Amino acid sequence: MSTPCPPSLLSLAIDAALFNLHNISDLSFLPEHLLIDLFLRTLRAGKLTDRILRIFVATGKEEILSVIQALNIQFVLTPVLPTITIDSNEVDIVIAAFHSDLTSFMEEWRPIFSRFHLIIVEDPDLKEELKIPKGFDFDVYTKSDIDKLAGSSNAAMFSGYSCRYFGYLVSKRKYIISIDDDCSPAKDNNGDLVDIVTQHITNLRTPATPFFFNTLYDPYRKGADFVRGYPFGLRSGVTCVLSCGLWLNLADYDAPTQSLKPELRNSRYVDAVLTVPKNTLMPMSGINLAFDREMVGPALLPALKLAKEGKFRWETIEDIWCGLVVKAVCDHLDLGVKTGLPYVSRNERGSAIDSLKKEWEGVKLMEELVPFFQSLKLSPEAVTAESCVTEIAAAVKKGLGRSHTELANVADSMVAWLKIWKEVRSRV
Amino acid sequence: MASPTPVLKDELDIVIPTIRNLDFLEMWRPFFQPYHLIIVQDGDPSKVIKVPKGFDYELYNRNDINRILGPKASCISFKDSACRCFGYMVSKKKYIFTIDDDCFVAKDPSGNDINALEQHIKNLLTPSTPFFFNTLYDPYREGTDFVRGYPFSLREGVPTAVSHGLWLNIPDYDAPTQLVKPRERNTRFVDAVLTIPKGTLFPMCGMNLAFDRELIGPAMYFGLMGDGQPIGRYDDMWAGWCMKVICDHLGLGVKTGLPYIWHSKASNPFVNLKKEYKGIYWQEELIPFFQAATLPKECTTVQSCYKELSKQVKAKLGKVDEYFIKLSDAMLTWIEAWDELNPSAPLPNGNAK
Repeated sequence: MSTPCPPSLLSLAIDAALFNLHNISDLSFLPEHLLIDLFLRTLRAGKLTDRILRIFVATGKEEILSVIQALNIQFVLTPVLPTITIDSNEVDIVIAAFHSDLTSFMEEWRPIFSRFHLIIVEDPDLKEELKIPKGFDFDVYTKSDIDKLAGSSNAAMFSGYSCRYFGYLVSKRKYIISIDDDCSPAKDNNGDLVDIVTQHITNLRTPATPFFFNTLYDPYRKGADFVRGYPFGLRSGVTCVLSCGLWLNLADYDAPTQSLKPELRNSRYVDAVLTVPKNTLMPMSGINLAFDREMVGPALLPALKLAKEGKFRWETIEDIWCGLVVKAVCDHLDLGVKTGLPYVSRNERGSAIDSLKKEWEGVKLMEELVPFFQSLKLSPEAVTAESCVTEIAAAVKKGLGRSHTELANVADSMVAWLKIWKEVRSRV
Repeated sequence: MASPTPVLKDELDIVIPTIRNLDFLEMWRPFFQPYHLIIVQDGDPSKVIKVPKGFDYELYNRNDINRILGPKASCISFKDSACRCFGYMVSKKKYIFTIDDDCFVAKDPSGNDINALEQHIKNLLTPSTPFFFNTLYDPYREGTDFVRGYPFSLREGVPTAVSHGLWLNIPDYDAPTQLVKPRERNTRFVDAVLTIPKGTLFPMCGMNLAFDRELIGPAMYFGLMGDGQPIGRYDDMWAGWCMKVICDHLGLGVKTGLPYIWHSKASNPFVNLKKEYKGIYWQEELIPFFQAATLPKECTTVQSCYKELSKQVKAKLGKVDEYFIKLSDAMLTWIEAWDELNPSAPLPNGNAK
């Protein structure tokens, strides 16, 4: 009987390495044949973990890599589960088309929009037919659809930027996401494309916290929570019905500001969503927003048309008006409004100075509108968005209509809108 | 091209409450060295607190506080970092920056050290916009402005009284949240400063805070906490609620957001729970109280606002617990002590010379 050979010094050394593998983070110094030996012993000892596999792979040595491949050893992939599943039947994406050729716009948004239904409303002034690329599920509405539904007397309500409200009107879904047709997807700080649909829907599906400010912003975001001192009674929040996104590159500045600072571009990606507190008014931008149509649809209305409203955002304040109305409704009904993410990237278009020369009215009007809305009080009987809007329209006619004729028309438009809204609802 | 932020080294004091040591100052040295420090030593006065060399400072322990304030020293908390407000009282400077001794220099996403003090100064030297929300946050920051629809008449803003900074790493959670999420860390760097709108209250954290002492100093009383008191960890909360009501009344602004500091120490959640326990129940009453609090228009100075508030605390919160009766008296004592140490006719908005 022969006694087994005592282990060589080399063998003992490799065993020692195996024993201490948890302390080793780099094996690139090992000659290849020893590396293989260590690897096989690791396998036999059942010590191959994800971390250790990475260390072997990191040596870059060909033989090791081919052994790993030959044995079909793979890294364990932890799937990134979506935290929120969006039912595409709940979402309509409404786009107002000011350009007939929507090909490049749609292609840019394809990765994000392709699984959703789109409502495209053509600017009634556009004469050409729309060009839309294949592969989308969409409906187009044109001037004739507007004329038919709204009637000739009300069709003017849906002209220019306000044509998108027609899209809100005919939608049958719960959530609407609406962006201007001069926006592209933005990139976040990691270089990933911002999925505005997921972010807007997340904002709308998590509660808002308008009664007390949380210093870590939206407490429902991953990695955040309510801070010390936040009353527990307020932590369930309220339903969020409006999500206002932001813009990189050409931010939504007014014409005077952009003219004064022609080089000013927004490059700051602020990674926050926050609730706009109760009784705080804000300028709502129509460029990138989403809302719960079932809860506040009636309050997103086309009403304030400037005399010289044009085809650039600098020449409108219809969305600003809308935002004041919606916020007043939300504050009264204890509903929430969020602002912040998601970002879109807004492309260069138009000249601020030209717009400024053309349209000053909006800027002047804001001076009257803000104090009016700040002092607005709605009655306790107004318990729906419709009844709130009715009361606001009456207050506008009485309070502002007398001094400004265009605002008297606004009140009438609001009432007309509610009538059409009700009518369309009743047909469903 | 933005002009460099003024250093304000002769106009700003840094107030630090401490009970153990001030080693953390070494990391802050490049940013803090030009400034005068006011160190408020809590706990055992016989212990010697070592201050790293090269700092210009004054240090007060409990004996000093008793000596300087006499019987009024009863309003300054013992065995709680709330004692820091004594530092606000004795300072002679226009601005105060206060920081906890477990807060270190944080890094921004590019990996650069954040000069928290410089950002606070920027926040305080630019106006606030509490009357209308700007969706691009602080419009006075470089690279941004007021958005379309923002009324021009409101673009001048109001003076900023308080700059509330945030924290990376250990977030400022209450004890129940800490117990449920012991591993959560704040890793999100939100590159924004914003004004907290008028009429909106918030939980003010004293870990990383700066304010204009001349505008709002007397309102920054950190209450009765710690030894002999039924509650702890609500000192900064209390000051924040009182301060915001008064700022809203006087038309002063409060900003929150940048700068970030790195909060390194997670306090024991069970100890915290014991301290906060009553507060967690009481805050359900306190918030509605502060939300509904109104001050008469005759109150045009911070001191008069504060005294009026203390009356309302006694009348309305005295029913919640007799602690609030004691607290309301302490609030008055604080104002008396403040006026004694800061003699001069307070002008509207507390602009003392």
